[in-house]
Amino acid sequence: MSAELALIGPILAAMFAAATPLLFAALGETVVEKSGVLNLGVEGMMLMGAVCGFAITVKTGSAPLGLLVAAGAGAAMGALFGVLTLLLLANQVATGLALTLFGVGLSALIGQGFVGIPLEGLPKLNIPGLTDLPVIGQALFGQDLLVYLGVLAVPLVHLFLYRTRAGLVLRAVGENHHAAHALGYKVIRIRFLAVMFGGAMSGLGGAFLSMDYTPMWAENMTSGRGWIALALVVFATWKPVRVMLGAWLFGGVTIAQLHVQGMGIAIPSQLLSMLPYLATVLVLVLISRDVARIRLNAPACLGKLFHPDS
Amino acid sequence: MDSHAKTPAPDAAPPRLELRGITKRFPGCLANDHVDLLLRPGEIHALLGENGAGKSTLVKMIYGVLHPDSGSLLWQGRETVVPDPAGARRLGIGMVFQHFSLFDTLTVAENIALGLDEPGRMDALSERIRTVSERYGLALDPERHVFHLSVGERQRVEIVRCLLQDPRLLIMDEPTSVLTPQEAAKLFETLRRLAAEGCTILYISHKLEEIRALCDRATVLRAGRVVGACDPRRETARGLAEMMIGSELSTPERLPPGEAGAARLVVRHLSTTSDNPFATSLKDVSFEVRAGEILGIAGVAGNGQAELMAALSGEALIADPQAVTIEGVPAGHLGPRARRSLGLAFVPEERLGRGAVPELSLSENALLSGYAREPLVRGGLVHFGRARAYAETIIKGFNVVAHGHRAEARSLSGGNLQKFIIGREILQKPKLLVVGQPTWGVDAGAAAAIHKALIALARSGAAVLVISQDLDELFVLSDRISVLFHGRLSDSRPTHETSVERIGLLMGGLFGTPPDEDGEITRAV
Repeated sequence: MSAELALIGPILAAMFAAATPLLFAALGETVVEKSGVLNLGVEGMMLMGAVCGFAITVKTGSAPLGLLVAAGAGAAMGALFGVLTLLLLANQVATGLALTLFGVGLSALIGQGFVGIPLEGLPKLNIPGLTDLPVIGQALFGQDLLVYLGVLAVPLVHLFLYRTRAGLVLRAVGENHHAAHALGYKVIRIRFLAVMFGGAMSGLGGAFLSMDYTPMWAENMTSGRGWIALALVVFATWKPVRVMLGAWLFGGVTIAQLHVQGMGIAIPSQLLSMLPYLATVLVLVLISRDVARIRLNAPACLGKLFHPDS
Repeated sequence: MDSHAKTPAPDAAPPRLELRGITKRFPGCLANDHVDLLLRPGEIHALLGENGAGKSTLVKMIYGVLHPDSGSLLWQGRETVVPDPAGARRLGIGMVFQHFSLFDTLTVAENIALGLDEPGRMDALSERIRTVSERYGLALDPERHVFHLSVGERQRVEIVRCLLQDPRLLIMDEPTSVLTPQEAAKLFETLRRLAAEGCTILYISHKLEEIRALCDRATVLRAGRVVGACDPRRETARGLAEMMIGSELSTPERLPPGEAGAARLVVRHLSTTSDNPFATSLKDVSFEVRAGEILGIAGVAGNGQAELMAALSGEALIADPQAVTIEGVPAGHLGPRARRSLGLAFVPEERLGRGAVPELSLSENALLSGYAREPLVRGGLVHFGRARAYAETIIKGFNVVAHGHRAEARSLSGGNLQKFIIGREILQKPKLLVVGQPTWGVDAGAAAAIHKALIALARSGAAVLVISQDLDELFVLSDRISVLFHGRLSDSRPTHETSVERIGLLMGGLFGTPPDEDGEITRAV
């Protein structure tokens, strides 16, 4: 086997891993936005998930408990957002920005005692025979549970949104909250649940970063992935499968630029680090130029406040 | 008029629905004040009243969207509380809303499923939709997305949604305000058939002729109170109107058409395209409006009215300057301000948000369009004294009921705000006035005043273009009428040579085919 081919396997494997935090956060946000709520606090929710998951795993030694608490921490942040915007009718954009700032600060505070502690990472799948396959073996059959869970969440979210009654009601609430209310649906309750689900997914995405991808805690370690996840949702025109493709693209470029840096090519590393973000936004802008598609899929009530009596 | 019948006929079953002393108060207004209402099985009952009389509030309480502060509701003779719309549907109450409660990007079947408590599997539901829609002559394709549908088809979705639940009471809130006369006639057939099958229909409207043609009984609301009940078939439309407004109705006189002068607005081969899948493209629209005349453009909403308004006002620029000529100057490429300085004044359909800024005071709103032609701004600074005086002139001249020039635009009722906006434009002595839906949601008194003002403006030598869905209004105002359908404009006809039926056919898209009264063939578009 040539050296190049030998490289593709690990790159592919790393790509799926790099895409996973984005996939979780963006899928969660897709559901949130489909219900008509714009939560810009994804970055903050991811950080809270990252630090809580890490801290619990270090303290108790139980990774599943860590993941559970990470999802809970994200959901709690989502609930906070829900109380402010859905019950107290605060502006969603401003509240989302505040939530991110809050998450950055609070996660740094919680994580103070955990900086520099190493963690083992989540166990990887190992199926003798399959995992040892050349090129694709490691990428397809050698990941840890969260990577598979992220990919599995794509069809699940799609089926939920487009094949279940609950998903239909959620889309209806995002499309026209007054009409949904007039038909007797509990707009605020549905949105609250969606926002908490989005928070839990962001929390899991963040926990994957701190517990597995780079198994350690560092302040602000999501480094803008929350924002990319937000962009991904819009450019993917709120479609789960497109969200996944966008996440893989981001993951792929992230890994590729690491290897380019490793080869010592004389490009400033800052430029290379910027590449995944730039490439993701650029490609997604290009494939989503179709204004009609955006308009047809954008939830019409996105970001609008709802009050049942008005 | 007979007194409000409190007791049902001795042979009848218990009334389907009875309201006793229903009262609902909102901050600052008493929306319903001890309202009594009795609906019998199988009757078509009209609920009449002006905008703001409390009709919508009342039916929302029947449907469980709102809850009464006091009073009781008896369903089939038993006292009942309707907790929410789902509860209303369980009782057998269906409602077709005035502003459709549909979801544009969902399919017909999905929309209907949302209104059912147990929709079952989607394919089975689609089958049921086909069956019911065929049975009542309401053709519908369950798989289509709602944004593709015409307004009439959207209403069918709502009706079929109600029919699938086998309702005992069907509430229709202003159902014909968006239909062509022919579509309305078809709807009446469906409703009569339903009533014959025993379903009670509560029909809310302010269109009196319709109520006289359709309904068995009528209850009239004014300012939240029941002011009368009658058999509409035995009343005149005028009598009903006066019951509604509580005073004599003054209708504008039809003046003989003035001498049409030079063409003030010429539109030639105007076509637009849009990225917005919900928009209608204009296709080769040509017409002209002359000094001294009123041209009316009829059509069901969504056939290109919004796009035509935008192209005329300058909100949407046209690549070809010659497509829109104002006072002989090519203006297609000019923005709203440049067009205003050519003599165009403009009253958009949306009063709040486009015609006026809701949060600004009346004097500030007067300034917004008035500054171009009135000396309200000097050296870049606002001359507030003059803006105030200008606002006061409008308020006096057009009988606007408001707390002076300081009142916020949103605090005015629809009719008063519309009088203010139209007054603001007319006092600038425009050479050309373009108006969209001048009396939509405006009470009868204000509507008459607005019509008078528009006719007076035209007779003083201005050219006036009125785009409206209200045919009665167009027949009162216009010297000539054209019809907009799917972005195309029919040739205009003098109003006195055409009829509501003919215009109605054009609104339904029957351009060209049938020979008209004179035996001519209208231009096939």
